[in-house]
Amino acid sequence: MSAPNTIRDTFFEECDELLEALTDGLSELEDGTATDDTVHAIFRAVHSIKGGAGAFSMDAIVAFAHAFETVLDLLREGKIVLDSGLLAVLQHSSDHLNNLVEDGRSGTNRADSGTTSILASLETYLGDTVKAGIDDQSDDFGFEAITFSLDEPIVTEEPGRTTFEIEFTPTADLLKNGHEPELLLDALADLGTVSVRVETASVPDLRKLDWQNLYLSWHLALETTADEDQIREVFEFVEDLCDLDIAELTKESAVFDIPTDADADLETDDTDTLPVQETKPRAAAPAKKTLRVDLDRVDRLVNVVGELIINQARISQLIDEAEISSSSGLPSELEAYQNLAREIQEGVMSIRAQPIKPLFQRMSRVVRETMMASNKKVRLLTDGEGTEIDKTVIERIADPLTHMIRNAVDHGIEPSEKRVAAGKDATGNIRLTATHRSGHVIISISDDGAGLNRAKILETAMSKGLVPQDAELSNSEIDNLLFLPGFSTAVEVSDLSGRGVGMDVVKNAITSLGGRMSITSAPGKGSTFSIVLPLTLAVLDGMIVQVADQTMVIPISSVLETIRPTVRDLDAIGTKNWMLRIRGLNVPIFDVATQLGLRAQPIDYKDQVLLLVEAEGLGQFALAVDDLSDQRQVVIKGLDGNYGAIPGISAATILGDGKIALILDPDTLTMSAKPGVHSPHMTTPKGEALHAASA
Amino acid sequence: MQQALEQPDVIGSEFVSFFVGDQSFCLEISQIREIRRWSPATVLPHAPDYVLGVINLRGSVIPVFDLSARLGFGKLTPDERNVIIIAAIGDQMIGMLVDSVSEILSLDPDAIQPRPNIGDEEVISYIQGFASVDDDITRLIDLEAILSPSSKLVAE
Repeated sequence: MSAPNTIRDTFFEECDELLEALTDGLSELEDGTATDDTVHAIFRAVHSIKGGAGAFSMDAIVAFAHAFETVLDLLREGKIVLDSGLLAVLQHSSDHLNNLVEDGRSGTNRADSGTTSILASLETYLGDTVKAGIDDQSDDFGFEAITFSLDEPIVTEEPGRTTFEIEFTPTADLLKNGHEPELLLDALADLGTVSVRVETASVPDLRKLDWQNLYLSWHLALETTADEDQIREVFEFVEDLCDLDIAELTKESAVFDIPTDADADLETDDTDTLPVQETKPRAAAPAKKTLRVDLDRVDRLVNVVGELIINQARISQLIDEAEISSSSGLPSELEAYQNLAREIQEGVMSIRAQPIKPLFQRMSRVVRETMMASNKKVRLLTDGEGTEIDKTVIERIADPLTHMIRNAVDHGIEPSEKRVAAGKDATGNIRLTATHRSGHVIISISDDGAGLNRAKILETAMSKGLVPQDAELSNSEIDNLLFLPGFSTAVEVSDLSGRGVGMDVVKNAITSLGGRMSITSAPGKGSTFSIVLPLTLAVLDGMIVQVADQTMVIPISSVLETIRPTVRDLDAIGTKNWMLRIRGLNVPIFDVATQLGLRAQPIDYKDQVLLLVEAEGLGQFALAVDDLSDQRQVVIKGLDGNYGAIPGISAATILGDGKIALILDPDTLTMSAKPGVHSPHMTTPKGEALHAASA
Repeated sequence: MQQALEQPDVIGSEFVSFFVGDQSFCLEISQIREIRRWSPATVLPHAPDYVLGVINLRGSVIPVFDLSARLGFGKLTPDERNVIIIAAIGDQMIGMLVDSVSEILSLDPDAIQPRPNIGDEEVISYIQGFASVDDDITRLIDLEAILSPSSKLVAE
C-alpha cells in the first residue's frame, strides 16, 4: 500500500459510516419502517462513496456504485417499484459494495469477480425505456464535486464571523436625551448582517399611551467580524440610558435565521409595533457530534489513567499507614479523590467502547452470503445493537463470530424441506443478541434448527480418539466436545464453515480475550452459543494472594470458591499428588508456587488456602496459595510487549506500594513447565498489544 | 570494516560505557532511557537465569536482565552499588543490571572495529564491535542480540 495517507484513511472511515447508513436504510426497507427519506438516504450514501472513491481512483468501486445508485435513483423517482426481488438485489449490492470498499482498503481485489453477476442483476431493473434517460443523466453523477465532510453541517460563515445576540431595552430617558434608536440600529447594520425583532409586549393600551415615552425593546442578531467592544462602541452614548445585553452565540444556540439581506428586515421605525420576525428554532435536529481521535492518543490516556488509579491506591495506602486522624479532613478528601479517579477511568474507558452494531451488520452480510451458498433460508434477528464494548474486543471477536454464524447457518439450520416436515417455518431464524450483565458483555447466537446431534458428536469424538470408547458423558459434556481441537462434525467439509478451523479456534480466541463460551442445545428446537466477555481489557477484579513470599493476583471471575481445607478433606495419591474432597467430588490440587517453579515441593496443603477454579479441558481443580488477603480492581499491564508469554501468568499489575504483582492464569497454570526451559521470546513484541500493555 | 557493522543507523558518536565483570562495555547514548539504582525486581516464573525479574518503571513493567549472567560472566549478586541501565529498542524496553557506569565517550563511528571472529564464548555473540579508549578497549553491546532468546552466532 502507499505511504500513510490520512485523507485516504478518512475516506475509509467515512465509508464505514456511509455503509452503516446504507445497511440501516435497507433494513428499514426490509421491515417496512422506511420513510420517504430512506431511499434518499440510501442513494446519498452510495453516491458519497462513489464520489470519494473517484477521488482515489478506485475504479471498481466507482463503476459498481454508479450502477447501484442508478437503480436507486429510479427507485426514488418512483420509476421502479420496490419488491422483494429488488430488495434482495439491493442488499446483495450493498454487501458487494462493502466488499469492494474492503478491497480498496486492503489493496486487494478479491471481490472483483462477483461484480459482473451483480451488475447484471442490477441492470435488469434498468428497463430499455429508462436506460436511455440514465445515460443522459450519467454526467450528472460523474461530475459531482467530491466532499469529505458530507455529514457535517456546511459552514457558511466566513472565517472570523461570529453572531452576537443583543438585547437592547432603552429607558424612557433615551428619547428625552435626543437619541434615536433607528440610528443605533443602522450603525449596527454597518458592522455586519443584522436581523431585528421588536419586543412590543410592554406597549400599553393606546388610550393610556404616553406618546413621548418609549415602550419598545429590540432583540437583535448581528453576524459580524467585529468584536464585542466594537458593538459596545455603537451604544457608547446611550449606555446609561438603556439595558444592554450582548452575548456571543455559538452556532448551535443561534435562534435566528440570519437573513442575508439585512435591509429587508431592518424596519426600525419606533411606531412599528409588529414583530418583524418570529423566532424560529432550527428545523433539523443536529446530527450527533463526533470527534475523530487517533486511537493511540486514547490509548495513551488509558495508560495514564491506569497510572492515576495505581497512584491513588498508593497514596491511600501511605495515608493509611501514616494514621492521620480523620478530623483532619484528609480521609474524606481522599475519598473524593478516589471517586474522581474512578470516574475519570470510567470516562476514558467509555471512549474506547463502541456499539457492537457494525459487527452485527457485518454478520447479516455473513448470513446472506452463507445462505446463498448453502441454499437455505435464514432470517437474522439482532437485539442489543447499541451495546457498547471495548474496541479491541469488538475487533477480536469479529472472526470467531463470523465462524459461529456460518456454523449456525450451515450446520444449525436445517434445509427448508426438513424444517417444513418438522412443522417449522421454512425460513430458519438466527438470533444474535448482545447484553450487558454485571461487568460483562454477553453475546449469544441462537438458532431454531435441529439442535446438536449428540449421538453423532460422541461417535465422532470416539472415532477420533478424543474420548475413550466406553466414556459415559453427560449432555453438556458431549456438547463441549465441540470445542476440542481436531473436532469437526461435518462429514463433508463444506466450503462455508469447514475452513480447517474448528470451534476450538473460536473458543481459544474468546478465551484469549478473557471470555468464556458455553452451549445449550435442545433436540429439534435449536442451539444457543453464548460468549461472555469482559467489558474492558484494561482492568480486572482480582483476588490478592500470597505465593511463596510473592504477592500475586488471580482473576475473581475464575475463582468459584475459596476453601481452608481440613485434614479430612485431603487425600494423597502417591507421594506428590493430592486431591481435595468437596461435596462428594474429588478434584486435583495444584500448588501455585510449585507450578511456577518458585518452590521445589508443595508445603502442607492444610496450612494453605485452596481456590476452587474451573479451567478449560480440565474441569474443576483447586489451586493452593499461601494466603489470601484482599479483593480489588487492578490495572492490567501486559508482559508480552517487553518480555514474552509465561505459562501460568497472563499479565502483571502494579500494586499500591509500587511493586509489581503477577496475574495468574489458571488455564495455563496447570501445564507444568520446567524451570529455566522457557526463555522469553522478545524479538517479536506483539504489534497489537493490548491497550493496557506497558509502553 | 564498515559492512560488518550491521546496524549503522544505531551508531552515533556518543556512547555510555559501563563495567560488567571488570570489562568495559558501551551502548550508544540514544538507546539509553535512564540509569537507576538497583531495586529488587519481581521474580518471573520459568525465567532463564539471566532474567532477574520485572520492575515498575513509572507504571511500565520492564524486565531486568543480569548482563553479567547474559554475557557469560556468571551471576551478579546485586547490591546498592549496582545500577540498572534502562535501554529501548523500538517500543521494547529492557533493564540491564551492570556493575557500574563509568563515563560518556565520544567515539568516531569509523573507529569502531567489527566484532572479532574469535572463539565461541557467549559474550562474542552479544557485541557489535569494539573501540580503543586510551589503553583499554570498550565493547559495543548489540542490544537486539541481548534481547533475542537465541545467541547470534547460532542464528548466523
